[in-house]
Amino acid sequence: MADASIIPAAITGMFDLLSPVAPGWGANLLRGLIRSLQIAFGAFGMGLIIGTFGSYAKLYGGPIARDLAAIYTTLVRAIPELVMIILLYYAGTDLINRILEGMGYQRVDISGLVAGIVVLGFVQGAYATEVLRGAIKAIPQGEIEAARAYGMSPVLMMRRITLPAMLPHALPGLANLWLISTKDTALLAVVGFSELTLETRQAAGTTKAYMTFYLAAGALYLFITLFSSVILEWVEKRARRGMPSVKEAR
Amino acid sequence: MSETQIEVPVETFPIHKEKDPSAQTSKLPPHRIVLILIGLALVASAIFFMRWDWLPNYGDLILQGLWRTIWILCVTVFLGFLLAVPLGLAQAAGPAILAIPARAFCTVIRGTPLLVQLWLLYYGLGSLFPQYPWIRGSELWPYLRQAWPYAVLALTLSYAGYEGEVMRGAFASVPKGQLEAARAFGMRRFTIFRRIWLPQAIHRALPTLAGEAVLQLKSTPLVATITVVDLYSVASRVRQDTFLTYEPLLLLAAGYVVITGIIVYLFRRLERLIPSKLG
Repeated sequence: MADASIIPAAITGMFDLLSPVAPGWGANLLRGLIRSLQIAFGAFGMGLIIGTFGSYAKLYGGPIARDLAAIYTTLVRAIPELVMIILLYYAGTDLINRILEGMGYQRVDISGLVAGIVVLGFVQGAYATEVLRGAIKAIPQGEIEAARAYGMSPVLMMRRITLPAMLPHALPGLANLWLISTKDTALLAVVGFSELTLETRQAAGTTKAYMTFYLAAGALYLFITLFSSVILEWVEKRARRGMPSVKEAR
Repeated sequence: MSETQIEVPVETFPIHKEKDPSAQTSKLPPHRIVLILIGLALVASAIFFMRWDWLPNYGDLILQGLWRTIWILCVTVFLGFLLAVPLGLAQAAGPAILAIPARAFCTVIRGTPLLVQLWLLYYGLGSLFPQYPWIRGSELWPYLRQAWPYAVLALTLSYAGYEGEVMRGAFASVPKGQLEAARAFGMRRFTIFRRIWLPQAIHRALPTLAGEAVLQLKSTPLVATITVVDLYSVASRVRQDTFLTYEPLLLLAAGYVVITGIIVYLFRRLERLIPSKLG
């Protein structure tokens, strides 16, 4: 019966802690959320660019390009993301600075945002390569042959035929990659980039209200996931209109 | 049940010629020899020009970390799979009262980062437990004060969440006729599950299971953030002690690549144990 008086107090205390105005930590969490989303967007975009080149190298490249792309995707998919992030974040910035110094330039401070985007984009690129390769292979061969018979240049063919035609096949995989990208941003907390997870940790550590803040962070991540899957479902439905449904095709 | 002979399709035309492209390139074309030589040169230069004198001092620690990583991986994959089977079954064929919680569990686990789950369990639960005297007094308390039970719990739940979704698809994709035939044989429901439904579902899920096991290996280094001493945290300790940037990390990455190779190899062996016909 004592609980009845404790719980409301605990709940109001929780809202005080999470409020966006000064004594609460809500503003910090939201700032972290925006940083996380920036990195997720950047990494996903960079992954798409790398993935496009990678899948072209794997499908149409010469023997060396093909092998190099295979080495890239195999290694990235075998090494844990956390190790990749540490390796590229510390060692990568160190290497760039050493090269710059060797060439007689000043050292540069690489901002956490750029480093995070590059590192996660590099990881995303390997997965995107595989997704896009599968999607390009799913295009009916005749469409590409017809484009070639029209005498289109490879770039024009890519822009007009390959990329639009592969999109419906690639969307489920890309949707998955986007969700992975939003969740992988949390790993940057380990290298000290203050995105949502690290902001949460700092807020929790200061106020000792661990449960409240981690649950709030979890709810924010879950909200991003659910919100984006609703949008992605709509995009996929739009891109696949006029095509047989996936369930029947299987 | 009588043993039935497994049919091996005879190919009059080599229609599956393109199926295995690695067979064509197994002759080691010249460019690949050059690439291998470049790779060997890189490894050799890494051995000669980098510092490895710290390696003997940390040998024991590295082995201990390796063992901890593999132990956590095996335990969480096993427990997670045990949890994933009921989760998948509930979603594929269970009544709504079981299916909805199972689905909610999978969505929450798949929708939040593992790092947040891990820290929620370790810091969140870890800060709640000491407030209750009966937990402090219980026999489990010595374990609850350590970090590894939280690591195992978080990784198990995460694996179960991802794998539950896979098992849902696998259970749903077993042909209805198989289950109807089993029922016509007069099998009890549990016998159907044990003899027909589960084995076929696992067979269908096996390639995905291999991929998920590799993903699970890739998430084990996260336990280093809650002070569990695994392979990754050994590497970061070497980095702190010796101020070397590259060497421990490169060795660490190589170690994970080797473990991944072993996992993929083991699952391929496992898959080959089950005879299957290419449609």
